[in-house]
Order: sequence, then structure tokens, then C-alpha cells
Amino acid sequence: MDSLNFWVIQTFNGISYGALLFLLGAGLSLIFGVMRIVNLAHGSYFLLGGYVALTVIWTTGSWALAIPVAALTIAVVGLLMERIFLRPLGFDPLRQVLLTVGFAFLFQQAALDIWTGNNFDINPPQALTESVEFAGLFLPLYRVFMIATALAIGIVLWLAMEKTRLGAQVRATVDDAQMARGVGIDTSRISMMIFSLGAFLAALGGVIGGAFLGVYPGLDFEILPLAFAVVIIGGMGSLGGAAIGALLVGLADNFGKALFPEISYFTLYAPMALILAVKPTGLFGRE
Amino acid sequence: MTSQQIKILMVVVALGALAVIVPNTNSFVILLSTRALAFAILVMSLDILLGYTGLASLGQAAYLGVGAYATAILATTYQFGLGMDFWLVILFGMLVGAALAAVFGLLAIRATGVYFLMITLALGQCVWGLAYRWNSLTGGDNGINLRVKPKFAGLDLGHDVTFFYVVFFLFALSLLAMYVLVQSPFGRSLAGIRERELRMQILGYNTWLHKYIAFIIAGGFGGLSGVLWAHTAGIVSPENVVLTTSVDALLMAVLGGAGTLVGGVIGSFIVFGLREYLSTLVPWWQYVLGAVYVLTILYLPFGLMGIPERIRQWRASSGKQADPKTLASVPS
Repeated sequence: MDSLNFWVIQTFNGISYGALLFLLGAGLSLIFGVMRIVNLAHGSYFLLGGYVALTVIWTTGSWALAIPVAALTIAVVGLLMERIFLRPLGFDPLRQVLLTVGFAFLFQQAALDIWTGNNFDINPPQALTESVEFAGLFLPLYRVFMIATALAIGIVLWLAMEKTRLGAQVRATVDDAQMARGVGIDTSRISMMIFSLGAFLAALGGVIGGAFLGVYPGLDFEILPLAFAVVIIGGMGSLGGAAIGALLVGLADNFGKALFPEISYFTLYAPMALILAVKPTGLFGRE
Repeated sequence: MTSQQIKILMVVVALGALAVIVPNTNSFVILLSTRALAFAILVMSLDILLGYTGLASLGQAAYLGVGAYATAILATTYQFGLGMDFWLVILFGMLVGAALAAVFGLLAIRATGVYFLMITLALGQCVWGLAYRWNSLTGGDNGINLRVKPKFAGLDLGHDVTFFYVVFFLFALSLLAMYVLVQSPFGRSLAGIRERELRMQILGYNTWLHKYIAFIIAGGFGGLSGVLWAHTAGIVSPENVVLTTSVDALLMAVLGGAGTLVGGVIGSFIVFGLREYLSTLVPWWQYVLGAVYVLTILYLPFGLMGIPERIRQWRASSGKQADPKTLASVPS
């Protein structure tokens, strides 16, 4: 029974971590799909989201208010970054990628100046810190909340992508940006929207993840490779792929740490490299 | 004298000046220059990939890492490499770096563009993961301290000027070797691959093999840089293989000017200078660093080494009222 418990609990933890990674990875994946760039400032959005949420909590005391304010603030940051700096570079992925790194450094310093170098935790409301009993197991309610949030966001995104006109335009841009422009889709506007949506989702992840990862300098570049793992395994530009990738990375990370602590990160990144070598567009990405 | 010869002369004079001036300054500048030179070897190795072959790698720190860890483990566990055998460790570090690149290259070389960036990132993270977690070998998060520096033939590398000259010597040798490499027919075909791979394939070149060999050579120099870094820093830790170290190397290469080799050296000196000197003066030094990066990428696609060319272009076109936009969008 004990060993069964171990597997169930670890699986649950893995899934809830995967839920967080989905929020981070979905945006990164869409940005890649639309703009063909890897946004190395994506981890910074995650971290800044957590910091902005802290400020909101300190000033208003409201955790529920902190989530939308932080996510929207960072969405605006992403929007400005895309409009003012990335867009003028035109279609030059390498320079755009390098530019995002420059911003990651600037954000790092800004965060250090504004929020100091201390480690913070984002404390969720009392109601979410309890545990629910399910089939004889005590599951932390907060992790259930994380899974529910990711699920809700995922469904909304999926519906928007599959059922709306705008979603169809985004999919067309992912498939072939040049052709999409040819049929009159404003791909520049699509890029702008997707970039700020990605920043929004990453910041949302940062707020929600702040409760158990904490918020501290360096988190940005610690979480970034995991987001890449999600995107690579799932396939770049694919929402469903990001969901599956997030789940796999969440589980692999959890079980890796529990079962083979000495090589736990290796067990995460080596499969990622192998997948890329065999199928550069990821498991579920389109050629 | 051709313009190429003038450029070579300028580099030789600059290096000569460096070798004469630095030892006569204070120990802070000597240490800073030693670090910058050791790291510059890594940046130049990356430039072979980025500037000459058109492959942007985000995992170059892995080769510095294996070189550095090999040095530290040999020195602390086996007391090897602290005498004349230091030179064997240099060789060994290069071999380890090249061997790792030979393995990684098999996976990475097929990918191009952003996919290459991603796969090298993943491979770099594999090395980081092992360094961070494999406590029994790497000391985990704490890393490995190297308390003693090599001593041989009357030279004590613990003495900062002596050590500076050793690093300088190996750096100059690496620069020369890499320069010969990129000027060779092999280097020329790498540039051909950078410009248009398909054309090189049609001309009958095995582009995969060319890129693979370039990757291995870059890995070897990365390993060398790691050996020197281990002794310069006196500690080897996962910090050396972390993603930001790879990113640093990439930015230094771009800042100085990709495809110039010496540009990476300039980039290395500027970044180390800003980071270690400016940080003692002002708390907001990282803004300067970030702004320098951002402005370079926006306005100097060819880096600092591209400035003379930009001025020439500007002069040539100023009479014709050039549209600044066309200048800014020079393809990189």
C-alpha cells in the first residue's frame, strides 16, 4: 500500500507541476509558432509576474486581485517589447533571440532593484492551503487548484484557437506566415497579440507557482530550460503538444528527483535532446 | 600592405600592448584580464560556429564545464596536473571537450537555425544537470575548490603575473590556430555553408561532415578554456555550466562582432570589465550591460568590429541622403 501511495502522490505532484509548466510553455510554444523565435525572456515574465503579484498583495492584501493585475501588467510589458524592439528587427530570428536575452538581463537587474534579492513566498488564501481527502489520500487543495486553472486556461485557449476566426488566423500564421500574409492576414498584429498572450500566461504561472516555488532572483533562468523542454517535447507551435509536453516534463521531473536524484536533470534533458535530434519540430509539431 | 595584413598587424600590436601593460598594473586588473582571456577562448570557439559556420549554439558552456571539471577532479582526487603534468591536463581538457562535442554533434548537427539553438541548449542542460546533481563526482551545488595552482620548472602559477602569461600564451596560440583554421580551405568552405548550405551540397561538399568537424574543434577549444578557467577561478561549480554562461559567451561574440574571432575577445573584455569593475563602482551596472547588448543588436548587427565598416558605409552614402532604415537592416 505504501508503495502504491508513493506512486499516486508522485503522479499527482507531477501532474500539478505539469499544470504550472503548461502555463509557461503554452505561450512560449505559440510565440515560436507565430514568430519563429525562442523568447529567452520568457522565464523573466514568469518571475516578474510573481513579483508584481507580491506588490499587489502587500498593498491591497488581496491574492485574488494579484493574479489578474500581475498577468495583465506583464502582458503589457510583453506587448511593448514586441512592438518597440522585436518588430523593427523584421524577420531575423537570431537577432530577435539575442535581443530577448538582453531584456532578460535588464529585467533581472530591475527586479533586483525593485524587489531586492530576498526570497519571497506568495501565500494563497487560507481556504486553498487545506487538503482534501480523496480515496484515502490527502491531496493539497492548492495543487488541485493549479490543475483546475491550467485545465480551464487550456480549454479556453483551445476553443479560441479552433473555433474563432482569430484562432484560425493564428493557426494559419503558424503554418505558413508568408502565405497567411498573402491572403490578407495581418501577421504583425497576430505576433503582437500572441507575444503578449504568452507574457500573460507566463506571468500567471509565476503568480500561481510562487506559492510553492517561491519568488527569488535566478528563478527566471532556472525555470526557462524547463519551459523549453515542454515546448520541444510537445512540438513548437502546438497547443495540444504543449499540454502533453508539460505533463511529461512535470512527471519526469518529479519521478526523476524521487527515483534517481543523482541524474534527475539528466533524465529530463537527455530525452529532450534525443527528441530534437530525431524530430526537430518536436513530437507533435508539424514539419 | 593589404588591408588584411594591416588588420593582423593591429591585432598583434594590441596583444603585445596587452602583454606589456597588464602585468604592470594592479593585481585586480591582472586577474580580470586573465579571466577575460581564459573565457575569450570559449567565445572564439563559439565564433567558429556562430560567425564562420552560421550555427548559433546555446550550450557552449558545456565544453568549458567538462574541461574545468576534468581539471578540478584530476587535481583534487588524483593530485594530477599540479606540476609539469599541467600541460597534459591542457591536452586532456581539449580531448574531453572535443570528445563531448563529438557525441553531442551527432545529435545536433543535422538541426539548423533556431532548432540548433534549442538542441544545443538541451545538451548543455544535460551537462549542467549532471554537474548540479551528481554529488559524488562533482560536489553538487558547492562545486570543487582548487586550492593549489600548478608549479613546475621554476614557474609558480599561483603568482598572478606568471599565470597571466601562461594564459596569455595559450590564448595567443588558440587565436593563431583558429585564425589559420578559418583562413584555410576548410574554413572557407565553412563560410560557404554559412552563406548557403544547399549550394555547397550541390558543389559536392559533405556539409554535415564539415559542420561536425567544426563543432568538434570548437568543443576542443572550449575544453581548453575550461582548464584555464578552473585554475583562474579556483573553483568549479554548476554556475560554470549554467545556461547564462552559454548565453554570456554568445552575447560576447555578437557584441564584439561575429565572424571576426578578435571581436569575441573584445566582447569578453568589455563584459568582464563591466561586470567586475563597474559593479564595484555603481549598483546599476547590469543596466549598462543590458543596454549595451540591446543597442548592439539593434544598431550594430556586425558588432563593435563592424563599426569601421558602418562609418565607411555612412560616409559613402551620406552624399546620397541614405535612408537610415536601409542601413539598419543590413542582413547579419
